[in-house]
Amino acid sequence: MAVLEIKDLTKDFGGFVAINDVTFSLEKGEKHAIIGPNGAGKTTFFNLITGHLEPSRGSVDFEGKPITGMPPHKIVRLGLARSFQRINIFPRMTVYENIQTSLIARDHKHFSMFSPGAAQNREETRELLDLVGLDTEALEIAGELSYGKQKQLELAISLAENPSVLLLDEPTAGMSPQETNEAIALVDEIAKSRGLTLLFTEHDMSVVFGIADRISVLHHGELIASGLPEEMRNNPEVRRVYLGEGDDAAA
Amino acid sequence: MGWNMPRGVLFTCIVVLVALALIPMADSRYLIDISTEIMVYALFALSLNVIIGYSGNVSFGHAAYFAIGGYTNAILLTTYELPLIVAFPAAVLASGLAAAFVAYFCTRLTDIYFAMLTLAFAMLVWAIAFKWRSVTGGDDGFVGVTVPEFIDGRVPFFYFTLITVTLSTAVLWMICHSAFGQTLVAVRENITRAGFIGVNTRLMRGAAFAVAGAFAGIAGAIFAMYNRGVYTESAFWPESAQVLIMTLLGGMYSFFGPAIGAAALYLLERFANEYTEYWPTVLGVILLVIVLVLPEGLVGLFKRVKARMVGGR
Repeated sequence: MAVLEIKDLTKDFGGFVAINDVTFSLEKGEKHAIIGPNGAGKTTFFNLITGHLEPSRGSVDFEGKPITGMPPHKIVRLGLARSFQRINIFPRMTVYENIQTSLIARDHKHFSMFSPGAAQNREETRELLDLVGLDTEALEIAGELSYGKQKQLELAISLAENPSVLLLDEPTAGMSPQETNEAIALVDEIAKSRGLTLLFTEHDMSVVFGIADRISVLHHGELIASGLPEEMRNNPEVRRVYLGEGDDAAA
Repeated sequence: MGWNMPRGVLFTCIVVLVALALIPMADSRYLIDISTEIMVYALFALSLNVIIGYSGNVSFGHAAYFAIGGYTNAILLTTYELPLIVAFPAAVLASGLAAAFVAYFCTRLTDIYFAMLTLAFAMLVWAIAFKWRSVTGGDDGFVGVTVPEFIDGRVPFFYFTLITVTLSTAVLWMICHSAFGQTLVAVRENITRAGFIGVNTRLMRGAAFAVAGAFAGIAGAIFAMYNRGVYTESAFWPESAQVLIMTLLGGMYSFFGPAIGAAALYLLERFANEYTEYWPTVLGVILLVIVLVLPEGLVGLFKRVKARMVGGR
């Protein structure tokens, strides 16, 4: 069953077509990687799905419901959460509060003016801190964490929403090889234990081929191929534009 | 319960409250008047900080809600001869609703555009107060406000103010430290991310604006009775600027900062006026110091000094 059904999705930035007629579906439970050179439109694609940008044309259905043009907060409520390529946390709050606030929002308690914020979802906050390995940093100011840890925190903020589908935009960008391995093992484990459907962009091919069940390739805003990892590895067009045999090959 | 105020803060609050409660014993009209006015301004500045410090927007028109509270209370008490128990809550409601109405438009915008629109609405309120002579008294002001007998007198009014401001501050503290308040800080910190954890950020900012308006209305309603009059100046932009400076001077990242800023600015103005006629110049210097040296206000300064003393040991 497809949890995400995208038809003819197009984003035209005043003449520059960042996403061109993309038709795509995400199957329940799969780990699907979107790859493509820098500027291929991966982040724009995510922004269109999650309501951060409004498409010029086309439609996005999530679990059978049209979500095209919905604001982000409504889409998140349906169970489609995301993380960001650039760190996107609440920098002056503590690590603990970052996660706790996400849980408050998930439980629709963000308009309760007379229940103490600090007392909400304490146990679950602790569990999530443990899960992403930030338990010892709980009371640190989030913006002062190391880069890799901020990425972990972002993941925890997204997980707090209890999504059924998680979109990860370059979850290992800027990480050292060791941090990358740890982060990926963690994502993989969480996806398994929570039955998450994952859609992620990634530039590290070992990560992509290591965990993806399916891979789609974006090039100049168009979806040029989609299939199993082996198929992608052997697809001549993919090899040409991306996997090291073209002019604009990425790392 | 789950509300926990840091012990040092709680202790300071109790000391300040006890000290205030003892002030009438000094039998100085001057001291009672100064304290009453400072309490009103402190509540006014604390209310503005819900918008600035907590939701992360700057309002240049907060005086509007102070004035609406003042006029509504004055008109209901005097023109309609309603009892305080009706007039006062109605005044608070009027300010809150007016702020909610304005927030509906302002929260479409952010940053300077938000600030400018709050200013525009405040000027409208000022213009209405100025022109609607039959109701507000126009530029003569609404004079001769009926003050209920039980608080008619310097000392009883002082205690009325002390109790009302204390209760209001307690409620405001709870709101700012509630699930709502915590989420509001998240909206301030990163509005995009807040949307992506499922928060309707526009509604949150609007709610903060309405809460701030209602509490400014409380301050305004008290002030109208204290002065036995309400004047158009109370809605005019310098009034909005003054409360903004109070908030920044005290420190917007601290709940009580704005109250400290209100007291500091008020006292500075009093003393400066006794020794010089150049208060605007002094004010200019204060503003420069805040912007250049004290971005987190007096509370920020206090924290830095404390950290240095602890670190130096």
